[in-house]
Amino acid sequence: MALLLKNAHVVDPSVELDGIVDVLIDGERIARVGENLDAADAEVVDLSGKYLVPGLVDMHVHLREPGFEHKGTIESETRAAARGGFTGVCSMPNTDPVTDNGVTIEYVKSVAAREGHCRVYPSGAMTRGLKGEIISEMGDMVAHGAVAFTDDGRGVQGAGMLRRAMDYGKMFDRVFMSHCQDEDLVGDGQVNEGVASTRLGLLGWPAAGEEIQIARDIAIAELTGAKLHIQHISTARGVELVREAKAKGLPVTCEATPHHMFLTEDAIDGTYDTSLKVNPPLRTAADAQAVVAGVVDGTVDAIVTDHAPHADWEKSREFELAPFGMIGLETSLALVITNLVKTGTIDYGRMVELMAIAPRRILGLDQVSVAEGSVADLTVFDPEASWTVDADALESAARNTGFKGAELTGRATDVFVGGVATLRDGVVC
Amino acid sequence: MAFNHKHLIDITEYSDTDLMTILETAKAFSQVNERAIKKVPTLKGKTIVNMFNEPSTRTRSSFELAEKRLSADTLNFGGSSTSTVKGESLIDTVMTLNSYKIDMIVVRDKHAGAPYMVTQASPVSVIDAGDGKHGHPTQALLDLYSIWERKGSFEGLKVGIVGDIAHSRVCGSLIPALKIMGAEVTVIAPGTLIPAAPEVLGADRVSYCLDDVLPELDVVYMLRIQRERLEGAPFPSLREYHQLFGLTRKRERLMKPDAIVCHPGPINRGVEFDSYMADHPERSVILDQVYAGICVRMAALYLLLGGADNGLAS
Repeated sequence: MALLLKNAHVVDPSVELDGIVDVLIDGERIARVGENLDAADAEVVDLSGKYLVPGLVDMHVHLREPGFEHKGTIESETRAAARGGFTGVCSMPNTDPVTDNGVTIEYVKSVAAREGHCRVYPSGAMTRGLKGEIISEMGDMVAHGAVAFTDDGRGVQGAGMLRRAMDYGKMFDRVFMSHCQDEDLVGDGQVNEGVASTRLGLLGWPAAGEEIQIARDIAIAELTGAKLHIQHISTARGVELVREAKAKGLPVTCEATPHHMFLTEDAIDGTYDTSLKVNPPLRTAADAQAVVAGVVDGTVDAIVTDHAPHADWEKSREFELAPFGMIGLETSLALVITNLVKTGTIDYGRMVELMAIAPRRILGLDQVSVAEGSVADLTVFDPEASWTVDADALESAARNTGFKGAELTGRATDVFVGGVATLRDGVVC
Repeated sequence: MAFNHKHLIDITEYSDTDLMTILETAKAFSQVNERAIKKVPTLKGKTIVNMFNEPSTRTRSSFELAEKRLSADTLNFGGSSTSTVKGESLIDTVMTLNSYKIDMIVVRDKHAGAPYMVTQASPVSVIDAGDGKHGHPTQALLDLYSIWERKGSFEGLKVGIVGDIAHSRVCGSLIPALKIMGAEVTVIAPGTLIPAAPEVLGADRVSYCLDDVLPELDVVYMLRIQRERLEGAPFPSLREYHQLFGLTRKRERLMKPDAIVCHPGPINRGVEFDSYMADHPERSVILDQVYAGICVRMAALYLLLGGADNGLAS
């Protein structure tokens, strides 16, 4: 049956829409967009007071399956994605076995098709086993649907290795996504090197350990002509390096997470809260401000979560023994609305670029727009919904959010993927 | 005397008055240690667990003696016998200890923040006996005690700390404690042994040259160079370290006549100092520090476990 979404405030800069219009979904596509639409036989949904935007995509998510199902599964984490307002996620390849071949890509896709609550765009490892030694079978992975290559979780340590991977893989026209971390400089760093590391007696993870690899990867992208995407940028100098690369016209993009924008190393105190242990680490207030400035001026292309579920018992350990990462899918939209839109830092149009348009563009996916004929991947949110983050009430299998107790404004209410509801009135379908 | 602390972990939660209370109580307990029968019934019936999750002989012995001289029942739980070796988490281990119906846990752990975790898993008082590179508050207290005995007060006292500041749990507690008491602290080491933000701990000044600073210092605190922890070789050789940062007879002429020398032990002769300085009868207070350790730990145990009926008069 057709679905008529009425009275929502539609924001889609790709078709210059910013106002109240109705959207008629027929099958998996949008049949009509216009004012005061009427359709016999269509189910009518009144979305007065809500916003409707092209479906949000999080291009940096750890689904943990195969291999780490005790942390989360494709079912549980795509459920979290739907609750957070996402119609699609790009999965990271640090699974077990590593997603470095066509078979594992197929596995992720098939489980997602059977059990998922959103689209899953799998990325494949740049090097075999994420070891940084041998190029993975990129061609095979592309043939099976890999959208990007990354060794996320580790930086490729050898410059020559990265150069070979890029020179080889560029024929597949996929983006190379870099986790920038010089292991010789970072060592066993646990938190940002500076105030937090000194106060807490933990080994430091210096900003330069990230910036050196950003600079290096940009140079190698220029050398090879491959498309480069810097993951979870966290330092002021890192943002500046990407800004310079873009000014030179290089095919370089980058992403930032809500936690690197809205939390700082100062949040880590004598309670050693392991949900704040992330990689790269929470940085200084000046770094966070610089990342936000990059979001505003366009240096930062996409907002992602680096959603990293871990079991309670893995995080309930001594800080140095706990794994890196926090979950983010269910708080990302609300954090952006609360901290960037409601504050007037960006508008909803820019938010849609950061969370829907740019991720699809960088990953080479077909664009979705609120226009006749487009695939009906759509996100509806209530911009005024106020709620408090309760880790126990999240859909994710994990509880390791760094935003426990945060009072947020804005929340997804309905999500449609190819015209099919995955979230209705806040309930995952 | 208002002493309202349950735990001894973060020394910055203690005021100068609190710290002086501990020192004065330690002074009183010092008498007990001089008697023929070195025991008071103060903590009779209290059970204290010494949970030492990393090897320690001196600190554990010092705690154990302090506990026994206060008549507490002590249980040493740790080393290779710990359940953590068998894969149990720290929290599960502590919950097991709770079931023994205990009154205090003294915890030593190689991971920073472990004592705080213990407080979250247990209702009892917790003393940090050294956690990773983070803190070692009873070491700071015994250092304060030794300095106080020799110098009488802390206000304006110039203290230089020489050595591996970056990886020292002693500094994590001692520098803040000295600042609380009004001393001035200079840290002296090569750049590889200085933490990223020494001012966060309270250090007033950083120096790379011992000879420059030595003439001003009232207290020269030499940190142990932990040969076993010198991964990544922060300096080229022990020989060069000793030449640049070792306290030697030759350097003594740069020191104030009444300057004293401290060290948390165990000492490396020929590295932190030569034997002349280590054994210097007027300047070296190293063995006084060891004794002070017993006294301040008795004071901390007593004050944290409630204080009443202290048995000092007996």
